[in-house]
Amino acid sequence: MSKKILIVDDEPNIVISLEFLMKKEGFEIAVACDGEEALAKEASFRPDLILLDVMMPKKSGFEVCEALRADPAKAGLLIVMLTAKGRDTEVAKGLAIGADAYVTKPFSTKDLVARVKTMLGVA
Amino acid sequence: MKAKHRFILAVIVLGLLMTGPFVVTSLLVWLDMKEAERTMLTELLLSRLPVGTMMTVFGFVIGVLVLHKLFKQYVEGLLRMAETLRLMLGANRNFRVTIEGPPEVQQLAQAANDLAQQRDALMDDVDSQIATAKASVEEEKNRLAALMSELAQAVVVCNLDGRILLYNNRARLQFKALSQGPTSVAGGALIGLGRSIFSILEKSQVEHAEEVIRQRLSAGKNAIANFITTTRGGQLLRVQMVPVLIHADSHAEMSGYVLTVENITRSIEEEERRDQALHALTQGSRSAIGNIRAAVANLLDYPDMEAELRERFLRVIDDEVSKRSVVIDQTMSQFSDAIKTRWPLEDVLGIDIVAAAQRRIDDKLKLPTKTEELDDALWIKADSFSLVFAIVSLASKLQDHYEPRELRFRLTSAGRLAYLDLIWAGPAMSSETFYTWEMESMQIGSETSPLSLRDVIDRHGGEIWYEREKAAHRAFFRFVLPVAIPEIEHEQEERSRGNGRPEYYDFDLFKFEDKTIDLDRKLSDLTYTVFDTETTGLEPSNGDEIIQIGAARIVNGRLLRQETFNQILDPEIPLKPESIPIHGITEDMVRGQPTIDVVLPAFHEFCEDTVLIAHNAAFDMRFLQLKEERTGIRFTQPVLDTLLLSSVVHPNQESHKLDVILERLGITIGTRHNALEDALATGEVFLKLVKLLEDMGIVTVRQALEAAEKTYFARVKY
Repeated sequence: MSKKILIVDDEPNIVISLEFLMKKEGFEIAVACDGEEALAKEASFRPDLILLDVMMPKKSGFEVCEALRADPAKAGLLIVMLTAKGRDTEVAKGLAIGADAYVTKPFSTKDLVARVKTMLGVA
Repeated sequence: MKAKHRFILAVIVLGLLMTGPFVVTSLLVWLDMKEAERTMLTELLLSRLPVGTMMTVFGFVIGVLVLHKLFKQYVEGLLRMAETLRLMLGANRNFRVTIEGPPEVQQLAQAANDLAQQRDALMDDVDSQIATAKASVEEEKNRLAALMSELAQAVVVCNLDGRILLYNNRARLQFKALSQGPTSVAGGALIGLGRSIFSILEKSQVEHAEEVIRQRLSAGKNAIANFITTTRGGQLLRVQMVPVLIHADSHAEMSGYVLTVENITRSIEEEERRDQALHALTQGSRSAIGNIRAAVANLLDYPDMEAELRERFLRVIDDEVSKRSVVIDQTMSQFSDAIKTRWPLEDVLGIDIVAAAQRRIDDKLKLPTKTEELDDALWIKADSFSLVFAIVSLASKLQDHYEPRELRFRLTSAGRLAYLDLIWAGPAMSSETFYTWEMESMQIGSETSPLSLRDVIDRHGGEIWYEREKAAHRAFFRFVLPVAIPEIEHEQEERSRGNGRPEYYDFDLFKFEDKTIDLDRKLSDLTYTVFDTETTGLEPSNGDEIIQIGAARIVNGRLLRQETFNQILDPEIPLKPESIPIHGITEDMVRGQPTIDVVLPAFHEFCEDTVLIAHNAAFDMRFLQLKEERTGIRFTQPVLDTLLLSSVVHPNQESHKLDVILERLGITIGTRHNALEDALATGEVFLKLVKLLEDMGIVTVRQALEAAEKTYFARVKY
């Protein structure tokens, strides 16, 4: 059974690329475009991994991440944070609140795919 | 025993000496004689008794006279000398003993006078040494004050109570610029001798800095502390504190501190703007480029995708790129000032640049130069070396290509831009040529610069172009440079008012401790505000209003002519024509001025912690009191009235008008019937009165208030 990935980003311009790419790689994809929708979709879609943007309206990626990590039942869920903030302090915060990886935009799509595959153990 | 009693005793002793031995001998002989011998002797003696008695009395009188003379000369003479000596010792140093009496006494007097002479010489010497020492201390103080006033930094010296002992002009201007709200009225910034620094800086921060310094001192470190504070007006100040140390025993103790204050609001704001710009251009680009990169990667990696998808990815790229272009344009226009490379530019007089360029052109190129219109008061912001190099290298290029006979300079300005023109007569040059000149590294003979003309222009945030004056058959290069905005101008008003150097310091305040007004403190120790008002008329209760308040401060017995309050007010009623000649304030002058609602709080703040002084204070206080309800401002401090104090000192004088007192006390002032001038005159009067009151035993504020209350004039009420 194919792994499921939830893409959370408010910018359609990146969503379209990520969605296309991940589908090509054979993942099952769902998309959410803000923090609240992300939490709802997570509950219904039950993804194995979330690609989570930090800067979003309503709830930031940090808040979504914290909310997800607060539920011990979801300890197995992998969270990859995507951000346009490249500061060390923000990377540290993302990892500290429970993100499994932190990817700074702009990133290489190949690297991202490779990374996601490794994390999901499908490489 | 008194000298007189001793004289009487001496006379008695003399009498006894003259008669005693004879009487005793006679008695002994008488007892030894037979009856017949006694009768014979009695007869013999009785017949000669008058002669004997006469002789004895005569001898006695002579004796008494001699005794008297001796007494006068040796006893009374010496007593007198003792009195004189005592006088010389105390009241009158210059008094001398009169040389009189017997030689021994004269010698003694002479010796005493010689001693006195020697003592006077010594005392004079000590006095003159003290005077010299004082003068040199005073000179040092003056030198320090002069030095401080020239400093470009704002400097304030305080004692441990936070009282200001010294400040420089820059500090005054800086805090004046800072003061917002009511204190900006009349320029009444809160800096002033004896005032508390805590009205400007946060007390806890200053105390924390003191603590830091103490800790560093005890750790043997360099004692210095910095902090950044915000003022009431929201300005950011960077403050550096250095202790004033007194060396007691083996360790140094802090007795006060020096604060250097820098307003960094502007640089912080600039920094923030630059940060924003940087952020917009870096962080802001990340996501856009991320989107583009992902789309491009997909396009490259999946060349055989459907046309529709390909179209979507291309749109993503197009969309992101055009959005970014907009952002870059906006950032550039918003932050152009902040992004510009900051090269240290200094304020230079434009004509100095021209003169330097002329010299170098003459020296290096042997090309004659002339000047046309020159604005000799134009300051520009420039890196003078590179600018002069650029001008001369342009001149050199002109010489190589067009061989002009002479060059001319012109310096003009338009708004915030300065135009420096290099003019020559000759054929037209193409703009392409000039474009290459702009971009080439500059060169003057063998001297080369790594910079191009364009670099220099960019450094200055300026521009340069080539322009022809067709009518005159000549052309010029125009350097456009930023005009340097002069710093805050010195106020003419203050220059003319103070006779001599400003009084920005008072080191005696190091001992100043009390913060509140203590009525039992000496008159000469207190801080006062002398003030005067001009009004529309003489009847406050009949609707007359204040139109001017003038005030000055007296600190440590000195009238501070720099720390004044001077404000014209709009009375909101028409002025009475008959009063205008008296105060010289016209309708035009009052309209548009702040009203009492704004001025009174500011004046109240100016008077904080001081005793008020006014001439005929009851009149002025009545005006202030009538405004209590409207403004909510109450003047609760003690008030001294120079009119009443003058009548305390000179109860028998008829008039205690300010003019009359001024004349009586020998004070000359300029204009009168201007609130500030009158306040200053009242201050001078008060300082003279303090000394006269002291002579009468009136030393404290309480005593002065009580004495004033008892005078006749105090009973006349408004």
